[in-house]
Amino acid sequence: MKKYISFFRLRFSMGLQYRAAAAAGVVTQFFWGGMEILVYRAFYEADAAAFPMSFEAVVTYIWLQQAFLAVFGAWIIESEIFDAIRNGNVAYELCRPIGIYQMWFSRSVANRVSKALLRCVPILGVAALLPAPYGLRLPASPLHGALFLLTLLLGLLVIVAFTMLVYIATFYTLSPDGVRIFFVSAVDFFAGAVIPLPFFPDKLRFILELLPFAAMQNVPLRIYSGSMTGEEMLRAICLQAFWLAVLVGVGLGLCRRAERKVLVQGG
Amino acid sequence: MIKKLRLYRHYISIVVRGMMQYKVSFFLTSLGQFLVSFNVFLGIYFLFQRFHQVKGYSYSEVLLCYAVVLMEFSLAEMWARGFDTFSGIVRNGEFDRVLVRPQGEILQVLGSRFELTRLGRMFQAVVMLIYAIATAQIRWTAGRVITLVFMMAGGMAVFAGLFLVYAALCFFTLDGLEFMNVLTDGAREYGKYPLDIYGKRVLRFATFIVPYSLIQYYPLQYILGHVSSPVYIFLPLLAILFLLPCYGLWRFGVRHYKSSGS
Repeated sequence: MKKYISFFRLRFSMGLQYRAAAAAGVVTQFFWGGMEILVYRAFYEADAAAFPMSFEAVVTYIWLQQAFLAVFGAWIIESEIFDAIRNGNVAYELCRPIGIYQMWFSRSVANRVSKALLRCVPILGVAALLPAPYGLRLPASPLHGALFLLTLLLGLLVIVAFTMLVYIATFYTLSPDGVRIFFVSAVDFFAGAVIPLPFFPDKLRFILELLPFAAMQNVPLRIYSGSMTGEEMLRAICLQAFWLAVLVGVGLGLCRRAERKVLVQGG
Repeated sequence: MIKKLRLYRHYISIVVRGMMQYKVSFFLTSLGQFLVSFNVFLGIYFLFQRFHQVKGYSYSEVLLCYAVVLMEFSLAEMWARGFDTFSGIVRNGEFDRVLVRPQGEILQVLGSRFELTRLGRMFQAVVMLIYAIATAQIRWTAGRVITLVFMMAGGMAVFAGLFLVYAALCFFTLDGLEFMNVLTDGAREYGKYPLDIYGKRVLRFATFIVPYSLIQYYPLQYILGHVSSPVYIFLPLLAILFLLPCYGLWRFGVRHYKSSGS
């Protein structure tokens, strides 16, 4: 366990170095969040009755989404891992007395957390100061706040477990491009990054909420903004745990198989 | 001029031939481009399942708007994306080599890239445009068709101008500035809805600072029949003037260029 924690720490402090990039990211995220809110305001004015969540909840959802973009962004994939698989450097990592799955997993988690830490503080801080309907609200109750933190962590682990499958697929396909493209756009859409899941038609939404994609940003963001009832929250958290177990199980299994018959590229 | 065009064509044919050596990669990148904007389209589709109209615009009218903006952007991106990788050219000192050649810098930078993969996005824009034209119940007079064509020309100029600004700033910062993406990718992303849905302040910014509204909102009003003055037909051409300050900034940058290569 200790070695994985040090992998985490290494990657974590590396991620904290890119402060100028984070500052630029914050500006971009503010703009993005603001425009997104204006879109929903226009739709709210068009037909308030058709809104599936309260306007304030949508605003809160959007600010949280921007603040934690680095946690849930599907495109944040460690290119070094792909490079290592393609150019053969993975051989060195296979020689080490460590689980390659666990090592990549802890590195990916560290990367996302360090990026998000730099960005979320200024975004959350300023968004909380904005005037009433456009600002970030506090969670509905302390319980919601606590559940938010729990599901945020679970959601982070689910998306990392999902990206692990993309890395492992590269062992078999060698070129990451194809898998990656489908992965990024599927996650973006089905996880509620393009529009929040409650805005989907009910039947489709029912199916989408069962998929692993809904176990990513959908759960923490909606619990915080208060658009889930008690029962829904419980079900969502169970689903998150279920998908995390399945994805990690499948990932570990595939990784073992790949390790056993790996062909090292390059010379 | 003709000589320059011929040279440009030669540059492009080299770039395209090079790209076609990696056919699978080309195909997958195009597909990726398509899927990204397809997600945006699905977002609009599902929102309109629920809301039916926004600020008086129907689904088909919004699609028309998105199709035009997406097309303007992809066309500009296709031939002006050389400016996007410009930070690399400045940083590794390759711009020295560009300067000593007996040809204009802009021509050489433009010729360094040609993003045929943007055809993925173009494809979607064309399909949406056809659908929107078929369903939006617009009476297509000659004036309106011309407006549409002018919108493409003006839009391409505005986006190309923004890419040029992005590159010009690299002379001073050596690195690409991420916030410029707000003006380019952001405009593509949020240009999917007519600009007035974002409120007066955004519309004012999009008229006086960067003339997005001249290539989207105002001519669209004419096409949709909300206004009838023929002045609106020519507004998109006015947007081409935006290239002048952009070019000025570029010249200023070239004059202040200090080599940074090793």
